[in-house]
Amino acid sequence: MVPEAVVFDEAKVVAQARAGDAAAFNELAERYHRNIFRLAQNITQNREDAEDVLQETFLKAYQHLAEFQGNSKFYTWIVRIAVNEALMKLRKRKWDKTVWLDEPVNVGDETVAREIAVWDDNPEQRYSQAELADILDKAVNSLAPPYRTVFALRDVEGLSTEETAETLDLSISAVKSRLLRARLQLRDKLTAFFKKKVEDPFAYL
Amino acid sequence: MLTCKQFLAELSDFLDEALGREERKRLEEHINQCPNCWVIADTTRKTIEVYKCSEPVPIPNDMRSRLMKALESKIASKKSC
Repeated sequence: MVPEAVVFDEAKVVAQARAGDAAAFNELAERYHRNIFRLAQNITQNREDAEDVLQETFLKAYQHLAEFQGNSKFYTWIVRIAVNEALMKLRKRKWDKTVWLDEPVNVGDETVAREIAVWDDNPEQRYSQAELADILDKAVNSLAPPYRTVFALRDVEGLSTEETAETLDLSISAVKSRLLRARLQLRDKLTAFFKKKVEDPFAYL
Repeated sequence: MLTCKQFLAELSDFLDEALGREERKRLEEHINQCPNCWVIADTTRKTIEVYKCSEPVPIPNDMRSRLMKALESKIASKKSC
């Protein structure tokens, strides 16, 4: 989730950082590093790569701060840097040669054939915070890179469809079809953990 | 009425409230009569919510120190230019 900007005036802090105030830049790094690391981890699925991406993102952001125009939010700008860094890491991996091949989306038969079970009202409350984080991470990690990247940007980091398309250099319709696919696959995976437990299967007798 | 396949193709926009009134009405008519699609829509909505509400966990201290140290030396090297 994008951090709330309630008492935090991002534009002001960015302006201070651009004027050479190192403490202001550190404040930005403090504020956003967790999100950037999570995003990097979601895309690369590798802790070392994610740490490299984290560092590179803030070093590059600092280096190119003068180029930040302020047309977008600072957070969206560093997300774009992080995504580029993370995708470069992915492309370097031999086993991920096919990362950006697109597949046609066929949601119809695929989904209906799957388990359709009602979930609890607040299914996440069944698990501790650590267990839940583990379940959510594993589910995202099981998605193919094109889907988990779009999902991480849209539904985890809270970018709009347009921002996601621009960040990944994709069309709006490509973002939408990947997002739909990702959401349906995750729903399917989470059903195993969140579906309503039937306490007494013979209660109707 | 829409088929399940047509409904699912529009599911993301439906859940993101990105549809026009007429289109939305057509989708609502479908889920009111199709329990399977109702469940899929409801559980997909919960899927999105559970991820949206998840906070990023703090990174380990040593990783944080390495980040701050890298930044410090970057800032110092820029200042000396």
